[in-house]
Amino acid sequence: MAYKLIGKNFAPVDVEAKVTGRAKYAEDFRADNMVFCKTLTSSIPHAKIRSIDTSEALKIPGVLGILTADDVPQFPPPALPILAKDEVFYVGEPILAVAAESELIAAEAIEAIKIDFQQLPHVVDPLESLFPGGPDARSNGNVAAGQIKLQTVKWDAADFAAAGDTMMPMGHPAEEWAYGNVDAGFKAAKVTIDENFVTGTYSHNCMETRTTFAYWQGGKCFLHGSNQSHTAAIANIARYIGIAPDNLVFIAEYCGGGFGSKIPGYPNMAIAALMSKKINRPVMHRITRTEEYGIGAARPGFQGHVKMGFAADGKLLAADLYIVQESGPSPTAGDFRAAGNAMTLMYQPAAMRFRSVPVLTNTVPVGAHRGPGENQLASVIEPMFDKAARQLNVDRIAIRKINAPDSSGKIGKERGPLTSAFQKECLQKAADLFKWNERKKKSGQKVGNKVTGIGIGQGYHSAGTNGFDGLLRITADGKLHIHTGIGNLGTYSHSATARVAADMLNVNWENAVIERGDTRRGLPFNSPQAGSLSSSTQSRTMYVAALDMKAKLTDIAAQMLGGKADDYDLGQETVVHKGDAKKSITFKQAAEKAIALGGKYSGKEVPDDLNPITKSAVAMIAGSGLIAAAKDSLPRVGVTPGLSTSMAEIELDLETGTFTIKEMLCTVDVGTVLHPQGLGHQISGGNIMGIGMAHLEHHIYDPKLGIPAAVGFHQGKLPTYLDVPVEVAWAAVEKPDPQNPIGVKGVGEPVLGSGAACITSAIADALDGHLFNRTPVSPDMILNHLGGRPPAHKLFQVNTV
Amino acid sequence: MSDADSNKTDTSPSARASRRTFIKGVIASGVAVSAAGYVVYERYGSASRVAGSVERLVTLNVNGKLRRVDVLPQETLVQTIRYKLGLTGTKLGCDHSECGACSVMIDDVSTYSCSTLTHSVRGRKITTIEGIEGPNGELHKVQKAMITELGPQCGFCTPGQVVSAVALLKHNPTPTVDEARRGMSGNLCRCGAYDHYLKAVMTASREA
Repeated sequence: MAYKLIGKNFAPVDVEAKVTGRAKYAEDFRADNMVFCKTLTSSIPHAKIRSIDTSEALKIPGVLGILTADDVPQFPPPALPILAKDEVFYVGEPILAVAAESELIAAEAIEAIKIDFQQLPHVVDPLESLFPGGPDARSNGNVAAGQIKLQTVKWDAADFAAAGDTMMPMGHPAEEWAYGNVDAGFKAAKVTIDENFVTGTYSHNCMETRTTFAYWQGGKCFLHGSNQSHTAAIANIARYIGIAPDNLVFIAEYCGGGFGSKIPGYPNMAIAALMSKKINRPVMHRITRTEEYGIGAARPGFQGHVKMGFAADGKLLAADLYIVQESGPSPTAGDFRAAGNAMTLMYQPAAMRFRSVPVLTNTVPVGAHRGPGENQLASVIEPMFDKAARQLNVDRIAIRKINAPDSSGKIGKERGPLTSAFQKECLQKAADLFKWNERKKKSGQKVGNKVTGIGIGQGYHSAGTNGFDGLLRITADGKLHIHTGIGNLGTYSHSATARVAADMLNVNWENAVIERGDTRRGLPFNSPQAGSLSSSTQSRTMYVAALDMKAKLTDIAAQMLGGKADDYDLGQETVVHKGDAKKSITFKQAAEKAIALGGKYSGKEVPDDLNPITKSAVAMIAGSGLIAAAKDSLPRVGVTPGLSTSMAEIELDLETGTFTIKEMLCTVDVGTVLHPQGLGHQISGGNIMGIGMAHLEHHIYDPKLGIPAAVGFHQGKLPTYLDVPVEVAWAAVEKPDPQNPIGVKGVGEPVLGSGAACITSAIADALDGHLFNRTPVSPDMILNHLGGRPPAHKLFQVNTV
Repeated sequence: MSDADSNKTDTSPSARASRRTFIKGVIASGVAVSAAGYVVYERYGSASRVAGSVERLVTLNVNGKLRRVDVLPQETLVQTIRYKLGLTGTKLGCDHSECGACSVMIDDVSTYSCSTLTHSVRGRKITTIEGIEGPNGELHKVQKAMITELGPQCGFCTPGQVVSAVALLKHNPTPTVDEARRGMSGNLCRCGAYDHYLKAVMTASREA
């Protein structure tokens, strides 16, 4: 169908509030009698807590209460606790919280609390923990992740000895899989690439710290928080507080950045809520930038090794990937697994073996960070494809195209199907727009002390799923209320996908009201705003709800004007008889009739297959109009890949080791484009974060003391205006995904990976193909390489300068 | 609590204090601590801070209005405007002069309010994001351009970006792109919305 709204730019509902300062984030709310709480956090990386003495603190006037681990719900270790109970695992871990009339008093009380710690050995480098006799990050183990139970893994000294000084030691893995005949693939290979790699851990560094404000009223907890998902997070946040989901009123109209660190709520949210309950006052739990570093998550780094065997035409015959992951103190990141999966999809190896050990460390908790796993892999492996291309004398686009997935591509060790993939077209479009064949002639050209590098990178993340609910309502004033339980991460997908419903129902955008951000508005159960999902999942839920709405509108018209529902179609905010245009009702009349009819028309009855959160939402708005609620049960078979290609031209200064990005371009395979301006925003923003990953952002930990030294923005080195190109040009392939009713796929994450990879690729290109096999590539690494000196860091050292 | 046992570490914040003894003296002396006393400037593993002493009533010129407010000697401007004047459009991103989310104009110059003592701006013209709009609530040309170019993503840094853009154009009404990005470079955006913000600044610079 021809769309009136889909594919066009518009001013999203929340943008004016953002540019005027009226947008309210969690810390902008106030309440009468509001008090403050602060947490006492661990100042040492690993210790047993022997005792806590709060007696002096409680004597301070204005102190209202103390919350310890004994006051909060417990979760079986190694899950992250809300407050540490017997053992602390990293510097910055919350141990207890103090509430007081002012923050200064709370801080004073914290000064007066005495904790008797028994210090334990700590570790900040995964390989060090795997060494025989090496320290464990937890007293009962050093390896855990997802389905991998907490356990102690030590490799043999022989594993380390065999690796010598130049190879990554590869002992027994915690997870391993393979498909195809890997040995035969390597035997048949014309060129084999065999490389170690390291990717650095770095913080999410959201601009808004995760402040929470909470109070209780009528047995319900009212929680203002900073979270990227909305209704998808409710059950989890309620679990942290220890209440039923129906008793949580969650208000989160704005979220000042999440990037994966605020997906399903987080333990820290419960502190304000439980403190408020304990002292019976509204509690503001302001989080400082330093505290945010401790609880705000980070992308886990990898220590790895990869071997790839290529045929003469560049086809990848076999791949062997080993990843040791720096996991922080708890099993919160599955990046290693996602990286293995991405390898199977992006390069379609005929045979592959994957091995991995996620190792716990006494560093801040890690978690999903925009393309978790896929993007670390992209940043180091894409330049290796350049190396293979050089050795085979194949073009760098050609070697990627011959391996890139099309819609018949497979993913995972099970070689599962895809819903659609147009990466070959994506590569070609980028090559055409970037004038690759012309531009590549500039590779390595020197002018004075500047040398040009041309880079290319690819990115992937799954970008679609299904099974969530849609909820629409036409009120007696004739307005279409589009209820959305997706969060507000800043992608504007809450509005862009709402336009699917408005378009299908032929409603003027001015007469659409988006209901979001506050559970009291009746928000359906929607997907997390994460995993590049929201465009895909929300366009589906809007589609099914609009179908239900259309059926009800025509049904009501038939009841009012005679005939069958099928005799009617939608006009402009009207329902019109197909054979007699004079027979019509307005949406306003339909809504009034629905209220009179009750039952399924006004939300008094709802379909059984709706999620309980959606049922509660419908109950809140029942009787207030014509209500359509439906679960997305549309078929979808296979993984829906979001794919991207980035290209960059850099000018590297041989005397300083720094470089300037002269031009940058990104093409994407996202299916139908819903909102060009919003898509362009995601593409440029993702590529810019990729620039940070490639050569700027890092964690630094003192290995002897386990203390972080890159806390905050300045030391964490996130990109500024002056680190990025003036513009990231972009284009979409625009091939609809056949398994989404609108043809939509997401792309929020892949663009970071391709962005990072095109920069690491460009650096290698500027330096005659030299691979650092490491992120971030810092100027001193470049200068040491140019001067023939060894790097300042050890080969596998993570968290370097 | 500290003893000779090497496994036992005294990590109570007071064990590492420098000016802590002085602070305790101030607080313990019973001097009034404002209910709006917020912690400023914190470093890892400790809650080091400058505690309050005596508030003084001062007059500030904020968004063209004279505001009377009690201010602590060490109070920063962002504390005063967010927590005492209730102007929450100005955001606190880092409290360390690193990000610019707290940018306000002091006499038309973009300034980090997290690192400006309120007492130092008495008698100066303070403009927050709430004062950028015209007298009848019409949007400033920078704000309009930020909407048409879809400047913000998450929006948290946006008030600071708007203030810095307005200040830039006051001093350089028709900047080059390079001048604009340098003028804006004190404002971080983690979403990486730089090119959209920059387009908005350039668009606004072309408006009368």
